[in-house]
Formats: sequence, C-alpha cells, structure tokens
Amino acid sequence: MFGWEFPPHISGGLGTACYGLVKGLAHHNQDIIFVVPKLWGDEEPLARFVNASDVAIDYKERKFKKIWKNLTYLEVSSFLVPYLGPEEYKKFTDYAIHDRADVDDSIFSPKYQFSGKYGKNLMEEVSRYALTGAQIARDRDDFDIIHAHDWLSFPAGIAAKEISGKPLVAHVHATEFDRSGKSVNQPVYDIERAGMEAADHVLAVSQLTKNTIVTKYGIPEEKVSVLHNAVLDASIIKSKYDKKVPEKIVTFLGRITFQKGPEYFVEAAKKVLDRDPNVRFVMAGSGDLLNRMIDRVAELRIASKFHFTGFLKGDDVDHMYAISDVYVMPSVSEPFGISPLEAVRHNTPVIISKQSGVAEVLVNAIKIDFWDIDSMADSIFALLHYNGISRMFKEMGSQELKKLKWEHVAAKLVTVYEKTISARP
Amino acid sequence: MRSICFYFQVHQPYRLKPYRFFDIGDDHYYWDDFLNRSVIRKIAQKCYLPMNSLLLDLIHQYPGQFKVTFSFSGTFMDQLEAYAPDVLESFQRLVKTGQVELLSETYGHALAALKSKDEFSSMVDQHREKIQALFDGYTPKVFRNTELIYSDQIGAMVADMGYKGILTEGAKHVLGWKSPNYVYHNSIKPDLKVLLKNFRLSDDIAFRFSNKTWEDYPLTTDKFINWINAIPKSEQVLNLFMDYETFGEHQWAETGIFEFMKALPGAVFNQTDFGFSTPSEIIDQVSPISAIHVPTPISWADEERDLTAWLGNDLQDEAFDRLYDLENMVKKTKDPDLLRDWNYLQTSDHFYYMCTKFFSDGDIHSYFSPYDTPYDAFINYMNVLSDFVLRVKEKLKEPAIA
Repeated sequence: MFGWEFPPHISGGLGTACYGLVKGLAHHNQDIIFVVPKLWGDEEPLARFVNASDVAIDYKERKFKKIWKNLTYLEVSSFLVPYLGPEEYKKFTDYAIHDRADVDDSIFSPKYQFSGKYGKNLMEEVSRYALTGAQIARDRDDFDIIHAHDWLSFPAGIAAKEISGKPLVAHVHATEFDRSGKSVNQPVYDIERAGMEAADHVLAVSQLTKNTIVTKYGIPEEKVSVLHNAVLDASIIKSKYDKKVPEKIVTFLGRITFQKGPEYFVEAAKKVLDRDPNVRFVMAGSGDLLNRMIDRVAELRIASKFHFTGFLKGDDVDHMYAISDVYVMPSVSEPFGISPLEAVRHNTPVIISKQSGVAEVLVNAIKIDFWDIDSMADSIFALLHYNGISRMFKEMGSQELKKLKWEHVAAKLVTVYEKTISARP
Repeated sequence: MRSICFYFQVHQPYRLKPYRFFDIGDDHYYWDDFLNRSVIRKIAQKCYLPMNSLLLDLIHQYPGQFKVTFSFSGTFMDQLEAYAPDVLESFQRLVKTGQVELLSETYGHALAALKSKDEFSSMVDQHREKIQALFDGYTPKVFRNTELIYSDQIGAMVADMGYKGILTEGAKHVLGWKSPNYVYHNSIKPDLKVLLKNFRLSDDIAFRFSNKTWEDYPLTTDKFINWINAIPKSEQVLNLFMDYETFGEHQWAETGIFEFMKALPGAVFNQTDFGFSTPSEIIDQVSPISAIHVPTPISWADEERDLTAWLGNDLQDEAFDRLYDLENMVKKTKDPDLLRDWNYLQTSDHFYYMCTKFFSDGDIHSYFSPYDTPYDAFINYMNVLSDFVLRVKEKLKEPAIA
C-alpha cells in the first residue's frame, strides 16, 4: 500500500482513512506492506512499514529512467493538495522541475529525505516517491497486489505495477473536482486519470465520487467499486464539557474554503436569527474564505450571535462538538466527509449536504442541497425547537454508527482484492 | 505677545486579552493585565518619566513663562494608579507648578459623542471627578474630545456642559484658505471658542522628526524657529497638539527629540515674539476671528482627518452599534463592575484595531494594534461583548428572582 501520511503524523483525513483501513485489514489477517514518504517511528505496528526516505535507488536499472521520463511535472497551486493544513495555505510558485539540474541531482541521489508533508516541494516528492515505488517493487516479491491512495501515490503505484507486473488498485479519496471546483489543475487531473486508467480496479469513497470518476475521468463504471469510509470508534462520547452560554449552539467545523460551503451556513444563520435570536452560530476552522465570512457576518449585523474560533485542534474539537446542539456540514462537494459521524458520536444531531458522500451512509440526518439556505435554516430551526426529531436522531445515531466499522469496509475490500487478482491472466 | 500652545494627549487603552468563544459565559475578566502593564512600564521608562522631568526642568528654568497642557484619559489614569504610581506622582508634581493646564475629556477615551449625549456627558463628569481626585481638586475648563473629534453639534453639546473652549484639528477641508493660527468660535454656540491644531508644524515634530526621507530632515531648533517666524504677524496663536508618546516612544531618544524640546523654549523666547500659553489663557485673551463651520465630524487621524479610522467599515459599525445597544440596560444594572467594563469597552482603540484601511495605506495602524489583522480584533471584541451582554442580562434578572 502506498500512502502519503499515517497517524499520528497527519494533516488531514487521508491518513485517518488509511489507518482505519489498515486496522480493518489487520482484523482480517491481511499482511500489509505500508509505504509512506516519511516514517516517524511512533506509528502503531499494524503493518510492515517502509520508510521511503530509507530506500536507496539503484540507477543501473534502466526501466527507472523510463519511468522518470514519463512522469508529469506540474506547478503547485494552493488548491492542489487534498487535505491542506491552514498554515500551508500559500500560493506556491511555478515549479519546473525538469529544467532544474539541482532538482534532478537531488532526485537521482541514491537516497532522498522526504518531508511527507504537503509543502512546496510536493511535486518533487511525488516524483521521487514514484521511483521509490519502482525500487521497492523490484526488491521484494512478497506481495500480491498494489494499493495506492490518491494521486500523490498514484505515480508510485503505476511504477510498482510496471516493474512487478502485479495488479494495481487505485483508491480515490478526493478528486481534483472536489478540491478546486471548476478551476481544475490540469496536471493533477492528468495524474489522477493516468492512475485510474493504469489501475486494474478503482475504489471510490462514495457513489458521488464514483459518479465523478465515471463522468469526468471516463473510467468504465464496472471498473469502479464504492468503498465508504467508517469510524474508528463507534462508541458515544460522554463529554466532560458543559456549555457555558444559555443559547443553543449551531456549529460549522471544517476548513473555510470553497469546497466546504461556509457562505451558505452564514446566510442560513441570518435567516434563523431573524426568527429566533436565542441561538449562537459558530464557525470553527480556518481557510482562505475566513475573512470574507467575517466581513459578511458583520455586514449582516449578526456578529454578536455568530462567532469564529479559528483553527481548532485536539481537545478543542471535542469541546466544540460536545457543546453543539446542531452540527451543519454544507459542503459543496465532499467525497466522503467524516466529521458528521464525529458529531453523531457526541450525540449532536447533524444536517449534511446531499453533495457529500457521508449522506449515502448516514440515515438519521437531515439532508439538504448545499445551496438551499431556506431549507438549511428550516432544518436548523426544527432541530433546535422540535425535540422529537433531535431525540430520535440521538437514539438512532448511535445504532447507526455501530454499522459503520472499518472491519466491514475491510471485508469488502478483501473481496475486491480477490476478484482483481483472479481477473489477472 | 503671540502664543504657542503645547498640548499633549496621554492615553492608553485597556487592551483585551485573547478571549475565545469557549470563554463566553465562563470567564468574565477581559483585560490583558500583563500586556497593559508592560506597555505602561515600557513607555514610562522611554517617555513619561524622562519627558516629565525635562518639562519640570524647563518650568523651573522659565518660571511663569513656559507652559504646557495635558489631557489624560481615564483609562490612562486608572492604569497609572495600578501600574505606575511613580509616573502619576511626577505628573502631579508638574500640575502643582501652576504652569500646566489639564483638559476635560471622556473617561473611557470613547466615541460616545457620536452616539449618545447621555453617555457622553456622564463620561465627561466621571473624568472631571477623577481629575479632581488625583490632582488636588483641579477642575478643567477646556474640553478636548477623543481623537480631537469635533463637529458643530459636538461643540454645542460641550458648550451646554459649561465649557468655554474646545480643541480640534485644523483640518484642511474645513479651513480651506483660512489659517489655524487664530481663535474661532462654534457656529451654533458662539460662546464656545475653538482652538485648531496647526497640523503642519505639529506633525513636523510628531511624525516627521526622524523621517530621513523628509526633505527637511533633520529638524533642528533653528529650522523650527525660522518656520515660526515665518507665520504672518497678524496670526496670534500656534497650536502644537500631539501625542505625548511622541517624546521617546514614537520618536526615540536617539533621534534627538529630547534635545530638540530642551532647546526650543529658550530659542522661542530669544528669537521670536512668541511665548507659551495654555488654552484657558488664550481663550481669555484672544478674541475669535469668526465662526468655524464643521457640519460633519473631523478628527486628527490619518490623511482624511475624518472618522474612518474608527467607524465606517462593517466590522467597526457592527461592533459599535451592538455596544451602544446596551447603554440603557447597562445603566439600569448600576453594577460597578459592569459599568467599569462598559466604560473600558468604549475606548476608541478597540475600533481602531478593526480598521481595514491599512491594507492599502497607513502602516501607522498596524504599529498601534496588538492584533495581526482587523478580523482578529473584531472576533476577539465580539466574543468579549457577547459575554458582557450575558452578564448584563443576568444582572437585570436578579431582582426578579429575589
């Protein structure tokens, strides 16, 4: 398995999903070699980890040069990266790797120190990671199938397949269309498409994502399976936090970017507050639309009831879920979206957009179109005032969570593996 | 004899501590004691103590002749009592000489004049009482509004409160061809005299003194005396109004600002026909030349000399309106803690931090702000205000329960 990050050193959802999947596979006695650009040494020993930074490349292998030449090089821009931390939110400069001797030198040195982050050397790292994939595939024969997570590791997966001849599964956690909306970064799209085309089978985290893969990437429908994410722990969290304000709290928690639909939350808040002033809205998170949201909230004159917390981490995230009366995820485009499940674990009723993958698995939630702020406002009002619905959601929610386990997901994955291997000539 | 009127504004706000959403309803203390104390102590060493001692020497050197004027905000005086009694004592020594005049202003260095006459006059009363308590019953006779904000209406309000004069900016767009170097009077209440800041000569000292790209750098006493002598003989007064922190803080000691001030009075006495007077003396001695019409408020801030440093963008207007929505409720509580916080929350600086103008110009704004961005300032302020509202409502509920 080629990943990009693994807990505890993660900056987003990809690492968490890989962790859940590996844990589920371990439950089914699958033997996994998990490759990451950089190992920290404190990962839970669920798999045989390979640190790509330790892999020495043997340049006498002529196939490697060919792989290198076939790689696509691109400019890194801010929407490129799937799970970008707020501090990394910068516009990166043009990066023509091919023309730079120093980069070539560094990539073709026997060993390479990966950062494993989503930094400005991302493309360089992705390319080098591909070479590492090839080297690993040449060095060892103790695997039956190659599984690559998202475009960052697709080149590595392709290279490993080319060298070893073993089947490749491309796992799509997010597509470039989710990240960038209409302004798709062409080279990233090309890598995604190449990965899916080279793959023997493609996995999508939701039906929504599968539709994108079929319609936007032209992959045949029968080649794509839906593999929903799950929760690591389905237990209900009894929080130690008490709410300190008398009003009910309605929360948005996530990156404040186009993809997450924060502006619809603000507009819905205004509608709710017009009818019921005894509500506080909270927008927790950071991102490039934050200042625009603050401006809008001030302009709507609702700032004494609409609060911004900035980027939350660790305990503060639990705190936020715990004191919320309603959780809203108005994502414009969300391949899966694990956060509503976290809210359910805190017994908080959720409103999610129909444009999210999680809407396919979570039954006890109100589902709305992200753009339908009237409906969003209605739902918020209803969950705050009609206790019947929220009580029902709380009771049913915990039942539902129990069905969303990684073991079940892994079982399905094992079947996909088996089919894929047996389909090989 | 013509008069130079030196007026120094001395103000420090109570800055808010980082106050998070999670603190609302839980933590009712809003002030960053550590930061506020450090700022006062730092400026005490760099400015207040050395400059006070320099002024005291000059006053002793020119008995009955060298005079200066101060206006202290209430938030400044409160912080002196808490963090710098030594500075307070040195100001008290200066006032005792009789060659120092003190002005009236609003206790909280507030923008209340723009919003509520009640709150405005109540804050002025509180301020007068504070001055009387700290300075042996001294009672100010002349008024200066926060940031020299002035309009015909504000002037009329101040006249009704019994003041005979007010200080404001000699804003170019108000004066036109007229000179700031005369005494004017309010256009509604002619009894109220208006003194206007000569912003060119004031800002030469306050802003440009150490600016090496300024064509007149370095500013020497001789050069300044030449400019003073160039003022037409018919013009009676030269109002040099500036922040007191100019000396040693905005212009560091290394720039020579202290030496400049030390030499200036002697040079004025020897080489010009000017002396030094306080606003009260000027108002008593010099008759006004005409009315000054200021239909919309002016201030001494930024190039525009208007209110846009504090009000006008959505962040500022929202915070300002939500604050004053509370006026009646807060007053009903009669709770000393709530009234104190209400006072400190009105300080103009909080709104200054929310100014978005500095995205385009005015790095002077970011120099004065403890926040990274106006958005941070707004969020923090609104969180505090939200908690404050809860406390006020809670307090008003109490008698009903009892």
